[in-house]
Amino acid sequence: MSKQSPLHFHRMKDMPSTHLLGTGTPTCAGCGGLETLHTIYDILGEKTVFVNAAGCMTLLSVYPFTPFRGGWLYTSMASAPAGAQGVRDALDILLQKKKLSPDENVEVVVITGDGAAYGMGMSATSGAMDRNLDFIYLCYDNEGYGNTGQQYSPATPHAARTSTSRGSHGYPGYKKDLFAIWAAHNPAYVATVIAAEPLDLAKKIEKIKGMSGPRMLISLAPCPTGWDYDPQLSVEIGRLAVQTGVWPLKEYSDGEVRHTKVPKRRKPVEEYLQLQGRFRHLFEPQRDAAGIAEIQSRIDAYWERAKVG
Amino acid sequence: MTRKLLTGNSAAAWGARLAGVDYIPAFPITPQTEIIEDLAAWIDRGEMDARLVTLESEHSMITAAGSAASSGVRAFTATSSQGLLYGMEMVYTVAGWRTPFVMVNVSRGLASPITLESDHNDIMAARDSGFLQIHCATCQEIADGVLIAYRLAEHPEVRVPAIVNLDGFYLSFTREPVDLAEASEASAFVGEYDPENLQFKGNSPLSQAMAVLGGGPYSYFRYEAHLAVQRALSVYDEIIDEFEDRFGRRYDMIDSYRMQDAEYVFVMLGSFSTKARDAVDSLRAAGWKAGLLRPRVFRPFPQQQIRQLLRGRRAVAVIDQNISMGMGGVLHSEFATALYGTTDAPLLASYIGGLGGRDISQQEFFAMADELRQADERGEAPAARLLYTEHELTEMRKLQAIAQAEQAEIQQH
Repeated sequence: MSKQSPLHFHRMKDMPSTHLLGTGTPTCAGCGGLETLHTIYDILGEKTVFVNAAGCMTLLSVYPFTPFRGGWLYTSMASAPAGAQGVRDALDILLQKKKLSPDENVEVVVITGDGAAYGMGMSATSGAMDRNLDFIYLCYDNEGYGNTGQQYSPATPHAARTSTSRGSHGYPGYKKDLFAIWAAHNPAYVATVIAAEPLDLAKKIEKIKGMSGPRMLISLAPCPTGWDYDPQLSVEIGRLAVQTGVWPLKEYSDGEVRHTKVPKRRKPVEEYLQLQGRFRHLFEPQRDAAGIAEIQSRIDAYWERAKVG
Repeated sequence: MTRKLLTGNSAAAWGARLAGVDYIPAFPITPQTEIIEDLAAWIDRGEMDARLVTLESEHSMITAAGSAASSGVRAFTATSSQGLLYGMEMVYTVAGWRTPFVMVNVSRGLASPITLESDHNDIMAARDSGFLQIHCATCQEIADGVLIAYRLAEHPEVRVPAIVNLDGFYLSFTREPVDLAEASEASAFVGEYDPENLQFKGNSPLSQAMAVLGGGPYSYFRYEAHLAVQRALSVYDEIIDEFEDRFGRRYDMIDSYRMQDAEYVFVMLGSFSTKARDAVDSLRAAGWKAGLLRPRVFRPFPQQQIRQLLRGRRAVAVIDQNISMGMGGVLHSEFATALYGTTDAPLLASYIGGLGGRDISQQEFFAMADELRQADERGEAPAARLLYTEHELTEMRKLQAIAQAEQAEIQQH
């Protein structure tokens, strides 16, 4: 498809000043997933069709309203990448047969939560990458089945309290490394992003806008209702996720992983944890020093292996 | 027109080729694979201008067929049995998108126990989805049925996807002579795909398959789909007249065989009905007034035509190659629904047979006819029967004896 000339995002004032996505959506106040979507949509523009899997964002388009100026297709929880395959293939067939002008072509963007991306939809996502599908995948990762009340998912971090892990130690498992799983498919591009770091996000969108093939984005999506914090803290929690090293911002292409925003001195992880009700049991009624230390040591080990920061 | 000796699977592939399909999302499953292999070979050799993509599951395959048809191309796909069930969420979903395309199902019994051979429980599971269903009994019907299914599905009054059903092994791997229309004749009949309002493109915002809030809008869209499927009844008759004019073959919604003065009637779907045809001929030769009805179109269900065709008959044996656990034959229930409370309705008897490719012998058809006559004399329908012979039971007992002996031996060690 025709790619527009690259934009350049160096400073915050380079960011679009108005949002393309309509207002009045039913997402929760402070939704980190919606913030990411705003930035992506502002940069990709309205010549897009968003192909959705069951999750919070399914409620963006409720008949007869939609915040999108372009296309929208809801599929199922497991098969959004397959929906994208059908749309992309159809558009390519129509372009080839000159039944669609290049000017009418659109970018196909899958948008799913972590429930679909890390679990039920993984086979369809793997298949789309096998087939080198020309599409963008945005996973808004709020680390649990959020739309159903934040039950734990394969994206839930260790020790987080969810509505199905209410015990004194929270979720016993560990967050699945979706970045590594996706990168192992060797798609054109994989990146982690977060709305609280808009320049890093914008640069990555700018980059993939000029590329073809599978372009995969995982956005950590701070979630006031699921993570139990005041909505006004969403940006701060997002920044702390990066500054503490919980959420490494990185990208993969051509067999290489690069960290795109390395915290110079990582803050202690408890600064991130203590703002969220889902980790309150680590601090109250008494401090679980061993639990916090384990989380910290896993973060330190990650950065030790990464040999940056 | 050319005449070729084709398997049912090849006939299905020819139907798709002649319908000028643009896009084929695929996934292999026995006994359907030959369909996608034929299509892939034609595309590879440049004989067919289409794109075939193998998805990683039927769930994805049906999603892609629906989303491609929603994006402006004519789509075709094919599956069978477990594959149809694996994709069932999307069967219902894409039907609700009101997106016309054709899927061939090669009927095969469902697990458990797992089997490769044919019966209709797979296709019956799609009964309430919103897909149209055309059931075939010959290879010719398959090739023609695919063309007819596109016309029906894409008709402005209908606009839902369609399944063309054929029986695994009995039809999928059986060769019969098939008259194939010239490509130009076929495309004159099927026409260009008109996506109507379904197309994603720049500068033309479109939302498909959105959520609704509340039962009011939900019911509206569900009723609309139901009414659209029902409208396919009258549309089918128009299409079938045109098909006959162009190709000289007629496919009434219900195939009637020797029904003129028939008193005792067999009802069956699909290729096993050819066994009933033979039985009708034998019974007629022996002085019975026997006949056969075979619904070609199962969804929409042709209730009115069934009432007309069965009024005044003495007794009807509905032979189901499916079983609804705890209820019995699905087709029997549907015929009972169609006939209940109508005047001069015949007695209705239920037989389950042909599960997992099990044969239905001529003797069994004669026994059913005999039972119909006795029921008629008594004025009371017989109890439902599960067809199974003494011989089959003896053979089954032998298998059980082996299994028990094996188990005993394992326990000894």
